Amino acid sequence: MLEEVSDPEVPVLSILDLGIVRDVVVEDEHATITITPTYSGCPAMNAIATDIRLRLLAEGFSNVTIHTQLRPAWTTDWMSAAGRQKLEDYGIAPPVDGTATGHMLNLFGADTAVRCPLCKSDNTHLVSQFGSTACKALYQCNDCREPFDYFKCHA
Amino acid sequence: MQSASATTQPLPTYPPEVHAALLTYLVQLADTSLVLGHRLSEWCGHGPVLEQDLALANIALDLLGETRSLYQYAAELEGEGRTEDDLAFLRPATEYRNPLLVEQPNGDFAATIVRQFLFDNFHYHVLQQLQRYPDERLAAIAGKSVKEAAYHLKWSSEWVIRLGDGTEESRQRIEKALRTLWRYADELTTPTPAEQTIQTAGLLPDYASLLPAMQAHTAHVFAEATLPLPEGVVMQQGGKLGRHSEHLGYLLAELQYMQRTYPGMTW
Repeated sequence: MLEEVSDPEVPVLSILDLGIVRDVVVEDEHATITITPTYSGCPAMNAIATDIRLRLLAEGFSNVTIHTQLRPAWTTDWMSAAGRQKLEDYGIAPPVDGTATGHMLNLFGADTAVRCPLCKSDNTHLVSQFGSTACKALYQCNDCREPFDYFKCHA
Repeated sequence: MQSASATTQPLPTYPPEVHAALLTYLVQLADTSLVLGHRLSEWCGHGPVLEQDLALANIALDLLGETRSLYQYAAELEGEGRTEDDLAFLRPATEYRNPLLVEQPNGDFAATIVRQFLFDNFHYHVLQQLQRYPDERLAAIAGKSVKEAAYHLKWSSEWVIRLGDGTEESRQRIEKALRTLWRYADELTTPTPAEQTIQTAGLLPDYASLLPAMQAHTAHVFAEATLPLPEGVVMQQGGKLGRHSEHLGYLLAELQYMQRTYPGMTW
């Protein structure tokens, strides 16, 4: 039933697709869910915790505990293949594995090659590392000219 | 700010003087991120272009996220029933422990970039070490925030280069910003008595060990920016001990206004 709880900022993704549910323990009517934030300041965390609680209470759990855990820190490696496909279909380029910023001191380093979710061209360029939410960067396609969000690889 | 939920880790136990020093340090770190995050949020809607307005707000949000984790830990470690909100909204300026650098006004974009670069270079390097240090909770917060601090440092470094090696106007402005702000750099790496106590206890790296990497990065960025490194600057200190410039009072007046005027209000 947790796949019915979505990320309020990327509603096409469930919290399972996103990989932020780290542990689930069920004992009779008591459910304990452990979640981890994508970014420290992710303003969706409170909403997600509330949504999980309401969903489980509606399913008949009388007692719901939600823990947040920072370590190990979330990585886009935990995003499911289904989640990646849903993102692209939704118009957000999914993270390109193995392109984590690694050594950020590589200033003006080459942009990650990101596929345009609209026309599927790889001929795109980075507009800004910082996009509409903390987890996304802004790109633009050089072929169809579509500006689009890229879900940053975070490892 | 309402805490999403409890955390799972049990609290560590330290000798009383280490406990007190760690608490002071956590509040210092949280105050630093809060004050700088607030300053950056003042740019919201005023950035030079939309993408950079978003970048400034994104960085502010990352810093506020780090602030919350740190205040939550500090409040639990203190164990006197205060919450993260009490720590943020109900302490006077003299109890704030942020270094002087981060409370300095935004000025123009060049001043904001210089302030950010000096902070990011320290923040990134100290977090990189802290994530491997033995206090589990602090290491977890550092491990989370260092990934974000890496983006911040890349952003501010690239802007130092663009402004320094840009137009005559941008160069004049960044040179002016360096003359104003460089004096606050050394406070970041000058340990307070509380920092010394937890450094001795092995909970915080010796700042001298961070300096080679920080200086190497600064030298690289300034060379690319064709900017000379400031020399012979008389350094200013005091914020980490609660002695602030007049700017912090005005900042807190705005930041704390709601809770001071309507105590306990939520929305």
